Amino acid sequence: MKRRNLLKSIGLTSLGLAGLSPQVRAAENIIAAENEGDKKKKEPWEPYGRTESEKERDARLLSEQFFTPSELTTVAVLADLIIPRDSHSGSASDAGVPAFIEFMAKDKPELQTPLRGGLHWLDAQALKRFGSVFTACSQKQQIEIVEDIAYPGKVKPGMSQGVAFFNLMRNLTASGFWSSQIGIADLGYVGNIPNQWTGVPDDVLKQYGLENE
Amino acid sequence: MQDIQFNFSAESYDVIIVGSGAGGGMAAYELTKAGAKVCLLEAGQHYDPADPQYITQLKWPWQSPRRGASTRFRPFGDFDAAYGGWDIEGEPYTTAPGTKFAWFRSRMLGGRTNHWGRISLRFGPDDFRRKSIDGLGEDWPISYDEVKPFYDEIDSMLGVFGTNEGLPNDPDGVFLPPPKPRLHELMIKKANRNLGIKTIPSRMSILTKKINDDRGECFYCSQCGRACMAYADFSSSSCLVKPALKSKNLDVIYHAMAREVLTDPQTGLCTGISYVDTKTLEERTVKARIVVLAASACESARLLLNSKSPRFPNGLANSSGVVGKYLHDSTGASRAAIIPMLFDRKRYNEDGVGGLHVYSPWWQDNKKLDFPRGYHIEYWGGMGMPAYGFGWGIENVNGMFPDRDGNKREAGGYGAALKDDYRRFYGAYIGMAGRGEAVAREDNYCEIDPEKVDKFGIPVLRFHYKHSEYEKLQAKHMHETFEQIIHEMGGIPLSDKPGPDKEYGLNAPGEIIHEVGTARMGNNPKTSALNKYQQAHDVKNLFIVDAAPFPSQGDKNCTWTILALSMRASRHIVDLRNQGKL
Repeated sequence: MKRRNLLKSIGLTSLGLAGLSPQVRAAENIIAAENEGDKKKKEPWEPYGRTESEKERDARLLSEQFFTPSELTTVAVLADLIIPRDSHSGSASDAGVPAFIEFMAKDKPELQTPLRGGLHWLDAQALKRFGSVFTACSQKQQIEIVEDIAYPGKVKPGMSQGVAFFNLMRNLTASGFWSSQIGIADLGYVGNIPNQWTGVPDDVLKQYGLENE
Repeated sequence: MQDIQFNFSAESYDVIIVGSGAGGGMAAYELTKAGAKVCLLEAGQHYDPADPQYITQLKWPWQSPRRGASTRFRPFGDFDAAYGGWDIEGEPYTTAPGTKFAWFRSRMLGGRTNHWGRISLRFGPDDFRRKSIDGLGEDWPISYDEVKPFYDEIDSMLGVFGTNEGLPNDPDGVFLPPPKPRLHELMIKKANRNLGIKTIPSRMSILTKKINDDRGECFYCSQCGRACMAYADFSSSSCLVKPALKSKNLDVIYHAMAREVLTDPQTGLCTGISYVDTKTLEERTVKARIVVLAASACESARLLLNSKSPRFPNGLANSSGVVGKYLHDSTGASRAAIIPMLFDRKRYNEDGVGGLHVYSPWWQDNKKLDFPRGYHIEYWGGMGMPAYGFGWGIENVNGMFPDRDGNKREAGGYGAALKDDYRRFYGAYIGMAGRGEAVAREDNYCEIDPEKVDKFGIPVLRFHYKHSEYEKLQAKHMHETFEQIIHEMGGIPLSDKPGPDKEYGLNAPGEIIHEVGTARMGNNPKTSALNKYQQAHDVKNLFIVDAAPFPSQGDKNCTWTILALSMRASRHIVDLRNQGKL
């Protein structure tokens, strides 16, 4: 297993601990939990220590659908405009952001009206300006509308509700993208593994003119 | 799921302990070690951070469908090791009109010690005699010197890192080596040196060195809040209840919500506890010679006030009328900032231990200030693991800075340029939080709500709590200090300084989760509920070992003192038993 190799490679078992140390047992536990996860591949995520009440609630939320298929398509188009594929990594929808936003709308019901309302505000704008709903507009037309709602510092009259909706979409998209496997790799977060912290690396200290103390 | 861990099943126990958090865990550990047959009642479920069914440590955000966002069940996020929170289904509490209180409860073995911040500060000599210094509140009936041996012992037994600095009111201890500061912490230290704000290694109960064969060593994942599968941080469940169970002198009953302390109408002594089995809703009783309450300051007060009888019409141990009164939480205010010098920083793993590596103990003289009592400052920052909320509010930040080519940027935006902003700002945010001492007041209190009961039919608490000018002025000072530090670092505060309309950013009472004082100890039975050994003045076989006995709480977090005092009270119980006085 990957994690087992990782634990070995950072020398966890050689931190002065006996063979039956809590760390080694802990490592075994992680592996046991991950193996259990392998068996239940139908779940989109691995088990992560849920209580009974949490399991019940999550199962219920996952069985429900909030967005209509066309709403979800609009969510995906917007998410990919906000975080597109670039030379570093994939797009928001590559990272599963639409499904994440669908889940959050059920998990935090206070998001439902701003999200659904915002999507329909957007379609109403698109219909008014270009005679078709947002997803049926050309990319140039979509960008024209997005340009009007993407900059909270310069809001045109009549656009403030769209700006508020786009802020929410931007924030949800960023949350979903950067907390995904793709996003974390892009960002360069290299923690969440057992290690030894020995202070700020020398080259970094030098860069900032500081010394370890 | 385990409902009961029985080593034996007794008709009657030597001691019943209500609650398995810091105070209850320590009492269970000490009393079973002395040979007492002990029954520990826990309102919540079993928990062991090394058992795969409970583990959240080292999980990735994408393993949670909500990417670690908070829920009603886990207000500190989906991976946090606290089962319960501010708002528990069927377990309400109320607040009197015009007052505020937030009450965090954990329904699990070890209680709130599973997720706590591990900040393990001793009270200093002055913290036991504040009334003598500023005329406010009440002195403790004990001094630092009386508690010091117990602090020393728990330092060694449970493990805490830190440094001996020789500070007058932030005493030295028996410390493990502290972790080195992270980059932003070195920057804070540098700024604070210029400002004269002492900033020293934090003091936290995390094992940077192995201390025994039952517990491992910290592996620097920064996730103490998820509870440690290597038992490398202190929690009552892992470090006290678990070893106590090994003594074979302890039974633990889970899902046991205490209803009343039972007393003998003739002798006026406690005889046991009546409780509700929260799974079956059956009423049960358990008998013992001695009752030790450790249900948390407010829950223990609730239990006493609900234990009314003709002999104890105001509730048990309450002839003084002080039970529920003098409730006080630490003060809190916080501020975040962005440090442009940290843009585009080099990536490396700086997870470190869970929380701060450095802190600032109170460094000022209140005689020169317009408020009594001090605060310490905790710091955060760094390249943490992204989760729900990552990058939230970037539209308030990215317009402040020109792009890499020096061109002015419009706030908000979308597309590749926006995507790059998140990378650029990653690890450039810092924050700081003041945690200070509030003055305990008689008119900040909890009482039994005359109308409401919880789903078990137990009358609930009603809180009356208002901040005074002292706390507000302290919060004002905190924000002035935060701005000085942020500016000295070349940073930009991310919000406006809160004014008087917002009580200077002071957290609502209870939100810091350091509530103490509801059954204070003292030498005078007319003005205190407990004597200096935390034994009820009115009922000699009743003890309280959570934070209810604290007459005041210093600008320190309360857990380390709960542990030291519970050890002290437990040893006193053993002495009294050995002397035939209980």
